[in-house]
Amino acid sequence: MKAFLRYREVWLLAAIVVLIGLVSMRFPGFANLGNLRQLFNDTSILMILALGQMVVILTRSIDLSMASNLCFTGMVVAMLNAAHPAIPIPLLIVIALLVGLVLGAINGFLVWRLNIPSIVVTLGTLTIYRGATFVISGGAWVNADQMSPEFIGLQRAAFLGIPVLSWIAILVIASFFLLMTRTALGRSIYAIGVNPTASVYAGIDVGRTKFIVFCISGVAAGLCGYLWISRYVIASVEVANGYELNIIAACVIGGISIAGGIGSVGGAVLGALFLGIISNALPVINISPFWQMAISGSAIILAVVLNARGERRQGRIILKKAEAA
Amino acid sequence: MTDTPAPRHIPDRLDKPLSSAIFSWEALLVAVAVAIFAVNSFASPYFLDPWSLSDLTFNFTEKALIALAMALLIISGEIDLSVAAIIALASTMMGMAVQAGADTPVLVAIGILVGLGCGAFNGLLVTRLGLPSIVVTIGTMSLFRGIAFIILGDQAYKGYPSSFAFFGQGYVWWVVSFELALFLTAAVIYWFLLHRTSFGRRVFAIGNNPVAAQFSGVRVGRIKFILFCLTGLMAGIASVLITSRLGSTRPSIAQGYELEVITMVVLGGVSILGGAGSIVGVVLAAFIMGLVTFGLGLLNVPGIVMSIFIGLLLIIVIALPIVWRRVRRERFT
Repeated sequence: MKAFLRYREVWLLAAIVVLIGLVSMRFPGFANLGNLRQLFNDTSILMILALGQMVVILTRSIDLSMASNLCFTGMVVAMLNAAHPAIPIPLLIVIALLVGLVLGAINGFLVWRLNIPSIVVTLGTLTIYRGATFVISGGAWVNADQMSPEFIGLQRAAFLGIPVLSWIAILVIASFFLLMTRTALGRSIYAIGVNPTASVYAGIDVGRTKFIVFCISGVAAGLCGYLWISRYVIASVEVANGYELNIIAACVIGGISIAGGIGSVGGAVLGALFLGIISNALPVINISPFWQMAISGSAIILAVVLNARGERRQGRIILKKAEAA
Repeated sequence: MTDTPAPRHIPDRLDKPLSSAIFSWEALLVAVAVAIFAVNSFASPYFLDPWSLSDLTFNFTEKALIALAMALLIISGEIDLSVAAIIALASTMMGMAVQAGADTPVLVAIGILVGLGCGAFNGLLVTRLGLPSIVVTIGTMSLFRGIAFIILGDQAYKGYPSSFAFFGQGYVWWVVSFELALFLTAAVIYWFLLHRTSFGRRVFAIGNNPVAAQFSGVRVGRIKFILFCLTGLMAGIASVLITSRLGSTRPSIAQGYELEVITMVVLGGVSILGGAGSIVGVVLAAFIMGLVTFGLGLLNVPGIVMSIFIGLLLIIVIALPIVWRRVRRERFT
């Protein structure tokens, strides 16, 4: 079972290697270490978001509000920084995490207590959070010259030759890995996705766990709110507009089943990396960036077709095991 | 001769008490619509002008046309997130045809056929390969709009023939626009299809239990395929209307419409889990969304703030009956 799960990610990894290989045939400098490091750094934010989305999708839910949450949180910290440059950056990051947590908890509460399907709740909060961004900012932008140098500089500072942004992503990946493989909560998340009814009988509080996963995705979005704004140094209502679908696309390409219960941290990371490589490689090999959307769309469809075949095979293997037992 | 038992009469529908009609979803929507209408007429002196009200309908008819087909699709337990991208692709194709010198009838045919083709593509992927529609249509959403971007880049198509402008700007009678007339006609057709034909019954059956429907002899795959084609078709028609109204095509046309269409359907009382809903509800929800955005527009509320109201409306209208049921249950037990 475990070997099989690894199998899927190995295939995705192979696809990524082939992709990098193809690009370097046209442009040899693409595969050097510096560029790959840059690639990882560019994809860090998408990875963190995809991991947050992953835990939600694993429980058969979906969070469409992550990009709006990111936009709102980013605006909050940017405005705080512009108005009070004295607030230390670590405190701002904590504020970003808390704001993200609150927005995620609102989603989670509505799903948990009122039993509204998550797609409806987050469809609503998707527009509400972005609208709220307009209300708090009055439609104004926060520009680079209004942000303090520390606010912009933190994630660019190098530590052991790697930017802080990449370190944050590595830290987040590691903690998600521990969460999913070493904790009871991680187990419950998988269990709910595989069979919610059986989970209830196994003593798992399904509603509360769903509340927690929405809090997790909210925190991830909040963290990325700060990271996004300080990376692209502009905070506006349009930040990450429509990005929620990129996040879901990364999960889908990473082999996370939208039906819940199937998926891994490695898959989400590789899925995000795959999308990141496509957007980085196209300009390098002289393909118009206008092709990017169609290519990632095709990649999503291809990934779903392959995943569906994988899931079917996996079902049969479980049956065989059950017969043998 | 033995007595054959008299055939038992099985009613087509259960008799409903009047109270259930009063507390129905549609009644709630009518109340909300009336309330918004009243507030709007008090808030702005310009609201009650017939031409204002006519302008109001342009806000939602295009999305509402798609919502009619989307309602059937969601009732059957599927979803189509690619409708806005279909609009973009169909509009781009029409723009190419204009460059090639095509006239209005050809343009309309191209718009509708591209929509139908895209819908059929979605339907094939979902029914033939058995893939989850939400993921498939996220993929085709990028694919369709991506093709529009490849063709157009940062350019725009203009120069549509003047006879083409009728569909999005013309009036059939007095203040009744062509768009509104088309929407009302389509609404009647979809109402009949869903609530008065065996096809509609099968759609409900599939949404409630696809396996049971399959074993009852319903061709689940074929019906779902037809529903995807219908949704694509309506997106194609909407594309003709929007392109005609704007008079130009950019690849970013109709961005984000898919979520508004789905909001309309869900607000109309269609269960996102499938199996329940009505066309009357969807039509009411379309008018409510039009009223809210237009009324707030007259009060100079920016569009993005209106979206807060739409979002709140969606969650509150869904949450209210749940809270109401819970309160009643607690009182009785």
